[in-house]
Amino acid sequence: MPVFACIIIVFGLIKKVAVFDVFLKGAKEGMQILYSIAPTIIGLVFAVDLLRSSGAIDVLCSFIEPAADFLGFPPEIVPMVLLRPVSGSGSTALLTSLFETSGPDSFAGRVASVLAGSSETTFYAIAMYFGCIRVKKIRHTLFAAILADMTAAVMSVITVRLYFGTS
Amino acid sequence: MLNYIWSGLVIISIFCSIFLGNTETLSKALMDSGASSIQLIITMAGIICLWSGIMKIAVESGLTSVFAKIFSPIIRPLFPRLDKNSDAFQSISMNISANLLGLGNAATPFGLKAMEQLHTLNDRRDTASNEMIIFVVLNTASLQLLPTTLASLRLAYSSQAPFEIIVPVWISSATALAVALICACTLNSSKRNEC
Repeated sequence: MPVFACIIIVFGLIKKVAVFDVFLKGAKEGMQILYSIAPTIIGLVFAVDLLRSSGAIDVLCSFIEPAADFLGFPPEIVPMVLLRPVSGSGSTALLTSLFETSGPDSFAGRVASVLAGSSETTFYAIAMYFGCIRVKKIRHTLFAAILADMTAAVMSVITVRLYFGTS
Repeated sequence: MLNYIWSGLVIISIFCSIFLGNTETLSKALMDSGASSIQLIITMAGIICLWSGIMKIAVESGLTSVFAKIFSPIIRPLFPRLDKNSDAFQSISMNISANLLGLGNAATPFGLKAMEQLHTLNDRRDTASNEMIIFVVLNTASLQLLPTTLASLRLAYSSQAPFEIIVPVWISSATALAVALICACTLNSSKRNEC
C-alpha cells in the first residue's frame, strides 16, 4: 500500500502537479463521499449486529450443517459462508477461531482460507455503492452477487479437495 | 430490494432472540451498534479522505489514464457502452488495479467515485444501469492477486505454508467471478428493454 501511494505522489511530482493542494482538494471530496455513505453504514452495522447477537445464524446453521456434512462440505464452514456476505469483521473472527480449533493447515482450515480469499462482503459493497448515489432499483445485482458467493463456497471445497486431498 | 433485506434481517433477528431467550444480548447489541458504526465511520473517514486525496493526484498527473490504457483490454468488453476516455472508465481502472494489488481500502474511494461518474451517464435516476451492475458485481467478487492479509493470518496461527492456498483461491475466485459476470451480462441483455 505505501508503495502504491509513493508511486502516485512521485509521478505527480514528475508531472509538476501541486501535489499537496491537489491532495487537499481530493480529501475534501472524500469527506463528501463519506457523508453520503455514512447513513448506509449505520443502518447496516445495526442490522448485522442484531443478526449476530440474536443467535439466528446458529439456528440456521443447525439446519444446514447435516445437509452440508452429507454433501462433503465441512460443517464448521457453514457459519462463515452465511456471515461472509454481510460482515467482514464477523467472518474474520470466525476464521481465526476456526484456525485456533482446527488449525490453518487442516481440511476445514484450508477450505475456510480459500473461501475468505475468494469472496467479499457482498451486501456491504452493494449497499454502499448503490447507497452513495441513491439508486434504489438495483435489478439483478444481488442475484448475480449471491451466485458468486455460492460458487465461491462450492469451489473452495472442490479446489481444496483436488489440490490437497481430504486429509 | 434492499428495503426488504434490511427489514428482514432486523425482524428475523428480533424474532429469533425472543424465541431463543437472547433478548438481553440483543438489546445490548442494539445499543452498541450505534457506537460501533460511528467508530467504523471514523476509521473509514481517514482512509477514504487519504485515498481520495491521493487519487486526485493520480488524476491530475495523468496516471489514471495510464492505468486506463493498461486495463482497457479487460474493461472494454465488460463495459461496451462506456467511452474509453471518460472519467468513469479511469476510475474503474484505478479501482480494479487497487483491488488486484489487495488494497481494498484504497479501492473503495475509487469505486464510489466510479459509481458517481457512472450515475451521471445514467438516464434513470433511481434504477441501476447495466454498467453499474457489472461494476458492483466485479467488486463483490474478490480480485486480489496476493491475499496477503489472509496469509499473515494463517502465519499467525502457525501455518506450515501460509501461501499454499493461493492456487485454489485463484481458481475459486476466478470461477465465482466468471459465474457472476456471465449471469449479470445475460440478465443485462435480456432485461434491457423491460426496465
